Amino acid sequence: MLMLSSQLNTYLVIGAILFGFGVFGLVRRPSLIGMLIAAELVLCGASINFMAFSHFLAPDPTTGQIITLFIMAIAAAEAAIAMSIVIAVYRNYKSIETEDLVELNG
Amino acid sequence: MNPSLFSPEGLAGLIFLILIAVTMFGAVVATCSKRLIRSVTGLAICFVGVAGLYYFLNSPFVAMMQLLIYVGAVCVTLAFAIMLAEPNEAKVARKITGLSGGLAALCGGAMAYALGYAAVHGEWMAAATKINDGSVKTIGVNLLTQYSMVFELVSIVLLVAIIGSLVLARQGRDEE
Repeated sequence: MLMLSSQLNTYLVIGAILFGFGVFGLVRRPSLIGMLIAAELVLCGASINFMAFSHFLAPDPTTGQIITLFIMAIAAAEAAIAMSIVIAVYRNYKSIETEDLVELNG
Repeated sequence: MNPSLFSPEGLAGLIFLILIAVTMFGAVVATCSKRLIRSVTGLAICFVGVAGLYYFLNSPFVAMMQLLIYVGAVCVTLAFAIMLAEPNEAKVARKITGLSGGLAALCGGAMAYALGYAAVHGEWMAAATKINDGSVKTIGVNLLTQYSMVFELVSIVLLVAIIGSLVLARQGRDEE
């Protein structure tokens, strides 16, 4: 048990579990901000995979770290955009629950 | 093979287990709590745990960036969004039937199981010989040589995100 930190599989399984939690939250959450939180978990699971592969297998260990930094930048941009969309939606609908946003439902 | 608990390796393993527990606890709080401000707190806890995992992966720079960007910026942004939009999930949660929670758990659990199965049973290539040590200095050199184009593109993306979020959040304010 105490040697888990030096095995590739540990990190891959942690990343998979975080990804699963993210999908679970995306399906279950009834509001936009809750879904945004779950999406951050999905991105985090992907980053852990990149970091693990770059530390254990890749010839150049900086590749995964740089890709993780780019994922962080994209996630920050996504959070900023999503927050302003949430505020704009709230101003128009007085609600950010996914049940109320059905105007394009057809 | 198994080090004793009080050797340096054993203590490091114990800290690693604690970090995994913190990460999983944060993920559970982030997805399952009733109030959204609690789930943002859970997200922050989860990111602190993940930063510790990055430290174990021999990349303290990315761990520090994880703390700065995710815990410091993204979680605070989410907290502001919650304060401004005051979502009321408890009201909606009562309308949702019990089946959807089970289906969501099935979805997430199936995906996690499939990915974990592929990770454990997959045949990965043999570890290649390292061409550098992955230190902060080599990250900086690679960012400005091999990945300079992506670096510039990401800065443009961030600039567009700033301007776009300002435009989106400002719309409709003049009419009031």
